[in-house]
Order: sequence, then structure tokens, then C-alpha cells
Amino acid sequence: MNPTWYLILAAVLFIIGAVGVLVRRNAIVVFMCVELMLNAANLTLVTFSRINGTLDGQIMAFFVMVVAAAEVVVGLAILMSIFRTRRSASVDDANLLKY
Amino acid sequence: MLAAQPLAVEYTAASGALSTAWLLIALPALGAVVLLLLGRRADKWGHLLGCATVGISFVLGLWYFFTLRGLGNRSVSLDLYTLIISGNFKVNAGLLYDPLSAVFVLLITGVGFLIHVYSVGYMKDDPGRRRFFAYLNLFVAAMLLLVLGNSFLGLYFGWEGVGLASYLLIAFWYYKPEAATAAKKAFIMNRVGDVGLALAIFILFATLGSVSYQDVFSGVGRMSTTTVTAVTLLLLLGACGKSGQFPLQAWLPDAMEGPTPVSALIHAATMVTAGVYLIARANPLYNASHTGQLVVCSIGAITLLIGCIIGCAKDDIKRILAYSTVSQIGYMFLAVGLGGGAYAAGILHLLTHGFFKAGLFLGAGSVMHGMKDQVNIRRFGGLAKYMPITAATFGIGYLAIIGIPPLSGFFSKDPIIEHAFDRPGWTGWLFGGIALVGAGLTAFYMTRLMVLTFFGKPRWTEDIKHPHESPPSMTVAMIVLAVGSVAAGGLLAFHNALANWLNPVFGGATEQTPAEVAHKIPALAVTALVLVFVLAGVALAVVIFREGTAPQEQPARSVLVRAARANLYADAFNEAVFMRPGQWLARALVYVDNRGIDGLVNGLAAAVGGGSARLRRLQTGFVRSYALTMLGGAFLVVAALLVVRLG
Repeated sequence: MNPTWYLILAAVLFIIGAVGVLVRRNAIVVFMCVELMLNAANLTLVTFSRINGTLDGQIMAFFVMVVAAAEVVVGLAILMSIFRTRRSASVDDANLLKY
Repeated sequence: MLAAQPLAVEYTAASGALSTAWLLIALPALGAVVLLLLGRRADKWGHLLGCATVGISFVLGLWYFFTLRGLGNRSVSLDLYTLIISGNFKVNAGLLYDPLSAVFVLLITGVGFLIHVYSVGYMKDDPGRRRFFAYLNLFVAAMLLLVLGNSFLGLYFGWEGVGLASYLLIAFWYYKPEAATAAKKAFIMNRVGDVGLALAIFILFATLGSVSYQDVFSGVGRMSTTTVTAVTLLLLLGACGKSGQFPLQAWLPDAMEGPTPVSALIHAATMVTAGVYLIARANPLYNASHTGQLVVCSIGAITLLIGCIIGCAKDDIKRILAYSTVSQIGYMFLAVGLGGGAYAAGILHLLTHGFFKAGLFLGAGSVMHGMKDQVNIRRFGGLAKYMPITAATFGIGYLAIIGIPPLSGFFSKDPIIEHAFDRPGWTGWLFGGIALVGAGLTAFYMTRLMVLTFFGKPRWTEDIKHPHESPPSMTVAMIVLAVGSVAAGGLLAFHNALANWLNPVFGGATEQTPAEVAHKIPALAVTALVLVFVLAGVALAVVIFREGTAPQEQPARSVLVRAARANLYADAFNEAVFMRPGQWLARALVYVDNRGIDGLVNGLAAAVGGGSARLRRLQTGFVRSYALTMLGGAFLVVAALLVVRLG
């Protein structure tokens, strides 16, 4: 199978993620879109690793997963505390930090 | 005029008694410091300390004087310590005690001591008496430094010191607006003169590399005539400022706002004669510049006329005396400008003037003391009966100043007029004529002052019932000064005593005694002429003012009277030419500062502030717009990388 398709799939996933971050208001969905973009990047890394026949990209992908897991923990904790105080998970409602 | 012999400028180092000459300055300086630092704690005995320091200085002055008489070389210099050392520039603080400074020391400490004693009584009820004595001590110390310094720099220190003391004492009653203004006026006009003195010292240093008298006077020959003339004119500017000479004469009469003893000591007897001292001290420079001498003579002649004319028109007893001071110092300037034997005549007039003018001022103070501080001679009259001692001492001073023989003024003013006539060419006739007319005018206005104050019917204001004589502490000083006014002239002029004594200072210049000079007019004829003018002035004033005068100033009938009452428009001129443009300049600069410079700074701040206020709106608080910005940024970075890699 041609590895190019994996790359195209990764690009599509990334675009879906980016658009989701920009257009969705629900913080949970935005969060999932961020995860989508991270995993698109992982897919790209693994694909290039396969193309080049080295393991560097695959190792990198593991690191990204670990960091993403840690980020999810922190992000969800913030989300929980925002929801408790504001009774809303909309990112547009959390706009106190402005001019 | 004969060229003066090169001066022997060899000073011997001080030894024995004279090596302690610094005590002369240190004692009054110590008095001033103690009185100023102790403050109110010294109120009870401050005046006694003030008198004691000056009194001891006077005794020391006498001792040094007689020590100096016994020496072969009567110019003694005393190196104290190195004041400034910077590369090649080295200034030693040192003293020069020679015949000229010796007589000045005696004048300053002697008259100064008498006036200190007088002030004890005069300032008795003033809460600031201790401060007054502190300033007087400061003045005496600075004045002694002025005459004892062995370099122009030392002289400059004293020069500024007496200026400061004069300022502090004119403004002694600083809560009176007139006194505060007069003090500022005196200080500022002196500053104009001081600039000239400072520039002269700079030129001397630039040309000769030294400012000590010894180096300067022995180096006169190495300077070009132009340089010497420039130095003499700049020194003259300094002298004019300090001595109230034309065109800087306007501050001196206003300085009479200070207490009367100050007027007597500083603005009549000592400080204002510093200009004469400066020119006499710098005589080797003036001898080398005929232009310089001519200008000094002209300034003296102009000023002595100005002083006489304004003196005739004033009603304030102290102002009249102030203008007569201006005029008498004009005589001294004329004398030292003539050079040669006239130097000694000028110094002689300075000394006798110190006695009789101080006496006259103390008499005026005594009159004011008894008349509730009034000064208008139109409201005096008949005071001789109530203040016999004041009237007698004032009368002696009056006879001395108008030059009646055998009082001191005759012996000092007469030679000046003779020397003026002896000047070659038409300038001799001019200066002599002016001096002659001045003598007549002096007799006129002084007689007017004398007659209106002490004789005739009383024209007192209603609140004065019983004028009284002053206490003994005041009259003693007046009596001593009156004795000096009678005797000083004759004693000092006897067998040219003063001229011979001053010979080492003025060098070969004085060796031509009056008898050897070809007189244009015989000396006796000049004396007779002077006496005729003086008696005419006296007679005229007696005839006019015998019956008293109107108690108020009458409208002026002639242009001359109007001009004289307005001080010959000197104040108006200063205001129009210097003060107003100065104010305009200040206002323009304030405007430029407020609008221009402040505008630039404030405008920059406002631009930054306004710009930030607008840029701040970018921070909307919406996370998604930040995310879009980040995405845009990421695209930009990628695009830039692609351009660099592929382009």
C-alpha cells in the first residue's frame, strides 16, 4: 500500500481538528479536536518512520502520546473547575482575561 | 607724564611678629563663625564678642604697623598653604603686608571697631543684634582678606566675601520689601562688575601663567599694550561695580535701606573704597596703559559730578550722604587715574573720607535714633539745641567733607584738584574744572543738609515731641571719628608723610614731589580757587535755606531738578534696557519650556499611551480568536520556511 495515503489521511485529520478548534464552542469538543491534531501528527511521524526505515519517528510518537496524556489530565482538571464556577463548558463564556 | 620706574617687586618672607599676620583675618572670621553657629545661645554676649575680635585685630594691626616701620624692605609676604594644585596651575594662599595694606588694615579695623561699639547702642532693641554682629565680623574678615591677599585670587576671595556680607547686611531687615529689593539690586549690579574682575584675572593667568602680585607686576613688560589695556579696563569694571561708580552707581544709594552702622562702615568708609584699592594696588598695570588711566579719570570725573547733582536734589538724609559717597569716591578714582603722585593723594582722600563719612553717617543714625527713624530733612530743623554732641560731630564732619582748612578734607581734596589741573593737555583743564565745580556743589548740598537738619525752626511731624541725644556708647564713636576728621588730614599730609610711607608700593611714581612738577596753575591759586567755590556754595545754600524749606517736596520747575530727583534716570535706564528685556527673555523662555520642550516630552508620552489604548482592543478574551491567530502564525512560519528552502 502506498504510504502517501497515510499522509493524506493525517492531513485530513489535522484539518478537521484545526477547524473543530476554531469553530466549536464546547470546550470538551475543542479538546477532542486538539487530540485529533496531535494524533494526526503522530500518524505522520510513524508514516515517515516507515518510509525512511528508521525508528526515530516511532519513538517520537510515543513521547507525543505521553505528553498528550499529561496534557489531558491538566486540561480536564481546568475544564472541571471552570464548569463548577460558571455552569457552562463554552469557551466563549470564559473570557474574563481581556482588555 | 613721566613713565614710571619699573617697580621693585621683591617681597621678603615674613618673620617674627609679622608671621602671625593671619590672625588679623582669623579673629573676626572666628567671631562670625561662633556667633552664627551658637545661634540664640550667644544672644546675651554676642555683641561683646563681635567688638572684641575687631578690637584685638586693631591692636594687632597697630603692632604689625610699627614692626613694619622698622624693616628695610617694607613689603612682607607670608605664604600660608597651597590652595589649588592642578598640573602646572598652582595657587598659594598667602598674605602680602606692605605699606598700602598696612594703612588699609588700620582703617578697616579702626573705623570698624568704632562702628561695632556704636552698633551696640544703635541695635540695642533689635532682636537680631547677634546676627548683625556676626555679619559685621564676617565683613571685617572678608575685607581684611581683600586687602591682605598676595594675589589677585586672594583679592577676589575677599571681594566676593565683602559682597556677600554687604548683601546680608543691606537685607538685614529682610521683612521690609525695599530692603530685600535693595540687597538684590546691590548683589546683581556687583555681579556685573565681578565678571569684569574675573575676566581680568583670567587674562592675566592666560598671559603670564600666574595671578600673584609679584609675578604679574614684574611681568607687565612682557605683555602687549593691548592686553594691558584690556586688563586695566576689566579691572576698572570690577572696581566700578564695587565702588558704585558710573555706570554701576545705582545700587549704592539704595543700599541705605540697611541699618545705619552698615551704611557707615560698608557703604561709606571701607567696602566701597575697595575699587580704589584695586586700582592703586594694580598701579604697575595702569602705569603701563595711558588709555586705562584716561578711562579711570573720566569715570571718576563723570561720577563725581553725577553724585553732586543728585545729592542736591534728595531729601533723605542717608541718600544725600550716599550720593556724596559716590561723588567722593569719584574724586578718588580721578586721583588714582591720574597716576604718579596722585596715587598717594587718592589714598589720602580715601583715609580721611573713611573718617569723616563714617562720622557723618553715624551722626545721621543718631539723628534718626532721636527722631523715630525719620529720614526726611524737610521735617527736621533746629536739632542742634536738642542733640548738641551729634550736631557738633556732624558739623566737624561737614566742614571736613567740604574741605575747609585745616580739617582733613582740605588736605586730601585740594591735592587731587591740583593734580587734575596738572594733567597735560586739555584733559587736565577738563578734569580740574569738573573737580572744582564738584567741590562747590559738595559745599552747596552739604550745607543744605546741615542747615535744614540742625538749624532754623523745627518742622517736625506731629508725633515728635522731645528729640533726645543718643546714649554714650553711640556718641563716643562719633566723637572719636570727629577727632579723626579734624586731625587725620593734616597729620598724614604733613611733610608728605603718607606719600613717603606708600613709596614702596607706588615705586618711582611718587618720587616726583609736587614741587618738581611744572604746575599749570600755581598750587596756591588752585587752593584759593577751590576755597572760593566752596565758600560760594556754602553762602548760596545758607541764603536759600536759612528760613527753612517747605515740608513737602515741591513740583520741579526745571528739567535738571526733575532729572536729579529721578537719579538722572539711571534707574529708568537700567529698567528699560536691562530689566524689561530680561523679563521678556525670561517669559519667552518659560513659554518655550512649557510649550516646546514639555510639549515634546508630553506629546511622546501621549502618543505611546494612545497607541497602547488602541492596541489593547486586540485582547478580546475569546480563546478561539487567539487560536485563529496562532494558526495564522503557524501558516506564516511554514510559508516562510518553504520560501527559504524552495525559493
